[in-house]
Amino acid sequence: MRSARTIIIWGLVAALGAAALGRIALSRGESINAAWLLTAAICTYLVGYRFYARFIATAIFALDGDRATPAVRKADGHDFVPTNKWVVFGHHFAAIAGPGPLVGPTLAAQFGYLPGALWIIIGVVLGGAVQDFVILCASVRRDGRSLGQMAKDEIGPVAGITALVAVLGIMVVLISVLALVVVNALKSSPWGTVTISLTVPIAMFMGLYLRFVRPDKVLEASAIGLVMLAGALWAGQWVAANPALAPIFTLTGPTLALLIMAYGFAASVLPVWLLLAPRDYLSAFVKIGVVVALAVGILLVLPPLAMPAVTQFVDGTGPVFSGKVFPFVFITIACGAISGFHALIASGTTPKLLSREPDAKLVGYGAMLTESLVAIMALIAACVLTPGVYFAINAPVAALGTTAESAALAVQQWGFVLQPGEMDALAKSVGESSLLSRTGGAPSLAVGMAHLFDRALGGGGMALWYHFAIMFEALFILTTLDAGTRVGRFMLQDLGGQLWPKFREVTWQPAVWMASGLFVAMWGYFLYQGVTDPLGGINSLWPLFGMANQLLAAVALCVGTTVIIRMGKARYAWVTILPLTWLLIVVMTAGWQKLFSADPRIGFLAHADKFSALHAAGNLPPGVPSLAAMPRMVFNDRLDAAVAAFFLISVLVIVFESVRIWIKVVRGAVPAGSTEVPAQSATLFAAD
Amino acid sequence: MQTLRRWVGILRTIIGVPDYDRYLRHMRVRHPGCAVLSKDEFARERLEARYSRPGSRCC
Repeated sequence: MRSARTIIIWGLVAALGAAALGRIALSRGESINAAWLLTAAICTYLVGYRFYARFIATAIFALDGDRATPAVRKADGHDFVPTNKWVVFGHHFAAIAGPGPLVGPTLAAQFGYLPGALWIIIGVVLGGAVQDFVILCASVRRDGRSLGQMAKDEIGPVAGITALVAVLGIMVVLISVLALVVVNALKSSPWGTVTISLTVPIAMFMGLYLRFVRPDKVLEASAIGLVMLAGALWAGQWVAANPALAPIFTLTGPTLALLIMAYGFAASVLPVWLLLAPRDYLSAFVKIGVVVALAVGILLVLPPLAMPAVTQFVDGTGPVFSGKVFPFVFITIACGAISGFHALIASGTTPKLLSREPDAKLVGYGAMLTESLVAIMALIAACVLTPGVYFAINAPVAALGTTAESAALAVQQWGFVLQPGEMDALAKSVGESSLLSRTGGAPSLAVGMAHLFDRALGGGGMALWYHFAIMFEALFILTTLDAGTRVGRFMLQDLGGQLWPKFREVTWQPAVWMASGLFVAMWGYFLYQGVTDPLGGINSLWPLFGMANQLLAAVALCVGTTVIIRMGKARYAWVTILPLTWLLIVVMTAGWQKLFSADPRIGFLAHADKFSALHAAGNLPPGVPSLAAMPRMVFNDRLDAAVAAFFLISVLVIVFESVRIWIKVVRGAVPAGSTEVPAQSATLFAAD
Repeated sequence: MQTLRRWVGILRTIIGVPDYDRYLRHMRVRHPGCAVLSKDEFARERLEARYSRPGSRCC
């Protein structure tokens, strides 16, 4: 009886999902409602979770509720702590979800909603969630080892070192591109600048409060912090409206970039309790609150999507970033479909908290599905804007010119409608001086969200909602940036310590300052390059970030495949080989094009050649301030090319090393013996 | 009141607040007689550990 009902229910879920997918994929020329997109996503996730995740859990890992997890076996009251599965789910989700799944889909909306939506929905079920889940299981069976350690143990020392250096490089690119998103969101916006600046003293106030006034009352301090954040929003509005103060906080891109670098440096050398920890607590609450608010807003309004299913920019001529829909949609949307960074978390804190092995399905696979849903919601928020408005916000100055008239003309030439007064009215309604060419994704997402919230709650609050959205996006990003800078500093100290042991001492201030300064200089260089780039910077840095993230995912999937094959489950290795193959195809194609495409809008080297030729001829291209600036831009292009080449080569090394091991194991030259910690029953360990 | 305290505990774990009471309980049950960190030392050790390695934060 029960099985018949199960079959009927799951049959209905699958049919509903298929119908919704068909509806979004086949509609042409008519606008469809966001509800179809949500239905398609949620039904696909449910089916994937119920069937595919269960298959991986039982057929491959044979997750066993009686087998002791590291949290149980090595319980120490601080690192290894058995924790309720829903709490671990919340913790893991708060750690993996950041600005990535919001920004990527917003940028990819230039292809229309369909390519991004399909990649997010299909990519997560067969790729992203599989990666997170497999790495979590592998780490749980190995005392909670990190991805780098597993690469070294399972594949070999070369792979281990390559993975370590690649992680460092990826963090540099990640931090610089996220910082660029913040700079572009705050440029010439006194309201935003004041609000975001105030979050720093607010966090420090919370830190001092937690240390000296009411130690350990984190929720109380966070509540006070949230009230103060609302005050910061109001203060920003007040400053922006004040003719004497507003110009002081109307900053240019380069100034903001230097300020953010100073912030990153401070966060890396100041005590953690003063800035990082309180900011993280605040950010976690804001994160959960915003995800819920976005979901409620979309469900209440159920907006129609104004963006067409597919735009003409799939041919590679898009203004937001250049390149064809294949391969670029697959690297523009990393987080939300598949994100290599998650593998660091799935092999970081999370495996040390799982109290039972079967919980890994909810935490590893389930949390990633939830992040994917966030990405779908961000895509919806971007696609509720009319295409005219979307492109006017997201296209760089080089494509739009600097006036409302030139922008309206450019947008009309792309075949979309934009009234000359429309952007001015919109900018005014959100309390900004201009919304033209506000690249990076954050402003257009904020406009989309403000639009949704405003409609859900009855109107009149566009400006407040817009700045609320900008504030939380910047808060997310700065939390990634400051924690990332600190981690990068430790990694540099560790690397430098190999040559000069004293450099590793975390209490020796000169080393702390040098490593922090060096790491900030590394991402700061790319940030500054992006800020001063006439094409907007996002065009060159976001693909680099997407490639880096997907390459890290390829490393994680190599480790996952090796683990599965060494378990003697080679017949199921296609589970990870399938997404790995796809990622390698996508990333190698994208990398090749970014390096060698003859189109200077895509290829770094072609762009460098074009600019050096122009420089030699004494021609100044539009958007470039002076001839003297051009040699540096040529150098930057070549540097970006070198970074891309470095990432590609690192991954080829790891793939090569992995395949060698796979062949050896399958042929029997290396025993298939599992490298897992031997199974012990959980009942042998007393609970605290 | 009991429910509220439970929810506070859940929220604190989700956002990653170190739990000193749990640590003390663990040390009392599993390692009776061993020296324990003071509350301040414990908090500092937890924060340093959280922000010194990749794997606590993502994009």
